[in-house]
Amino acid sequence: MDLAIEVKGLTKKYANVTAINNIDFQVRKGEIFGFLGPNGAGKTTTQRILTGVITATSGKAFILGYDIKKEAFYAKSRIGVVPELANIYIDLSAWNNLMLIGQLYGVVKEDRIKKSAELLRIFNLYERKDEKAKVFSKGQRQKLLLCMALIHNPQLLFLDEPTSGLDVVSSRLIREMIAKFNREGVTIFLTTHNIQEADELCDRIAVIDHGLIATIDSPENLKKEFQSMQTIEIVFNPQIKSEDDLKKIEYVNKVQKIGDKFKLYTDNPDELIRQLLSFSQKGNLNILSLNTLGPDLEEVFVKITEEHKGWSYGKEKSFSKSV
Amino acid sequence: MEKKNPFLSQFKSAWAITKKDISIYYLKPPVLIYGFIFPGFLFLAFFLGKNMPFSSLLPVVIVLALFFTSSSVGPIITPWETRMRTLERLVSCPVSLEFILLGDILAGFLFGVGITLILSVFAIPFLSIGLKSITVLLGTILLSGFCFSCLGVLLSAPATDNPSNIMMLSNLVRLPLIFLSGIFIPVNKLPALGRLIARFSPLTYTVDILRSNFYEECIYSPVLSLTALFIFTVVFLFLGMVLHKKNLSKRF
Repeated sequence: MDLAIEVKGLTKKYANVTAINNIDFQVRKGEIFGFLGPNGAGKTTTQRILTGVITATSGKAFILGYDIKKEAFYAKSRIGVVPELANIYIDLSAWNNLMLIGQLYGVVKEDRIKKSAELLRIFNLYERKDEKAKVFSKGQRQKLLLCMALIHNPQLLFLDEPTSGLDVVSSRLIREMIAKFNREGVTIFLTTHNIQEADELCDRIAVIDHGLIATIDSPENLKKEFQSMQTIEIVFNPQIKSEDDLKKIEYVNKVQKIGDKFKLYTDNPDELIRQLLSFSQKGNLNILSLNTLGPDLEEVFVKITEEHKGWSYGKEKSFSKSV
Repeated sequence: MEKKNPFLSQFKSAWAITKKDISIYYLKPPVLIYGFIFPGFLFLAFFLGKNMPFSSLLPVVIVLALFFTSSSVGPIITPWETRMRTLERLVSCPVSLEFILLGDILAGFLFGVGITLILSVFAIPFLSIGLKSITVLLGTILLSGFCFSCLGVLLSAPATDNPSNIMMLSNLVRLPLIFLSGIFIPVNKLPALGRLIARFSPLTYTVDILRSNFYEECIYSPVLSLTALFIFTVVFLFLGMVLHKKNLSKRF
């Protein structure tokens, strides 16, 4: 199998804190791999190690077949990076930012000029190429960072929270571009806590929590794994006042009231629908609407990270799962 | 895009970083204040009204200009880039930290040497000062400029994102060196302890060579002084690389 990233037993310790703890995972060439986790889970630390910004305390990471520690130059030459907290040079123009990064990646002048113009046009920044970047909005700076990450035609793109804090239009443009570059063959490593974004874009997702990989799978398989989180949304007429009666129905795991709707969590939606029909007949209630819903990724994520909190450090290794 | 020779590529990258530093940092207020204004006033405070011919002060002017300008750029770059969050982007590029620092050192070196050479080119013919050897003058300026620039980058090694903290540290180191290196008080007139400390200042050797090259006897032979400057350069360069590498992960 062609691998873009291979991580083996990676650990990073800061004084007494273990930021990531003996993690293993692989990213295949051509896929969009989501790296999800709550704040402080170890996402950014992992990306910094994989991009050669910091070194791991132990373990190995191979980027496109190159050891990121021993062959950093060759690995870094083939990747593009948009770090979470990084910035452009605000005292330089957009054009000069691109020229600088192009030079650092060894792009020859002719290609640098051509590619910079092309990228600035794609991200609607070409008209402002000579303006100093200090006047750019957050969205424009993020687009420029993406241009800088793409100027050398990388085979692998690391994106850390690429749409964080951006308006809807900018976020959508960036997501469209991520999908476009992936279709053109670029492997994407997307670090995010935006579940919807990961669900929309990623082929596979790893959830990291407390420095450990909690799970790795496709978004749909993750949802399937959590059958008990399937839901039925139901609206009765007249509205029932208490949810206690619903909790007593067989196959209902949990009840949540949302506006005039009740959301019932179950691992057997088929049986539950029969029970609900019986319940409505007995109570002389009309069913105004009834929808069955699979678990959404956000609920899966919350469930995984909640479960993970209960794990003691002695069990952590067995919780880690490699692909 | 394949780079065939990592070493050559990284030299080109270091030069790109130097050009970036020139366009961003040369006109930053801390560089202008501590590189020009401060040493200018220091010079005036010590020599104004002493009725000394300017020609006898020229070595002092050259040394002050070279020392302060060369060592003013380095301290500002790393903390500034840490604060502006551009350092992480730079470190993720295919250029090692050593070559990033080399780019910063070259920026300080060119700043210091450029200004000192302009000053020398105008002052020496204008004041009709006799110069024993232009090669020695050039060699001293180039080697000392590189040495002081390495010192500037070494001083920026503590992992802070506050440039003013580093500028304070930098002045804490640079100011005592001014007084212990024979600029204002000749080394042979210093007390025994002062003379001992003066041996461990690179500035002592720059002052000594320049003074001897213009009009005076030297304390150390030019070969010894140039060797000492070379050793200081290697030590500053090595220490700077090691400490910056050690502190890198603390910057993010």
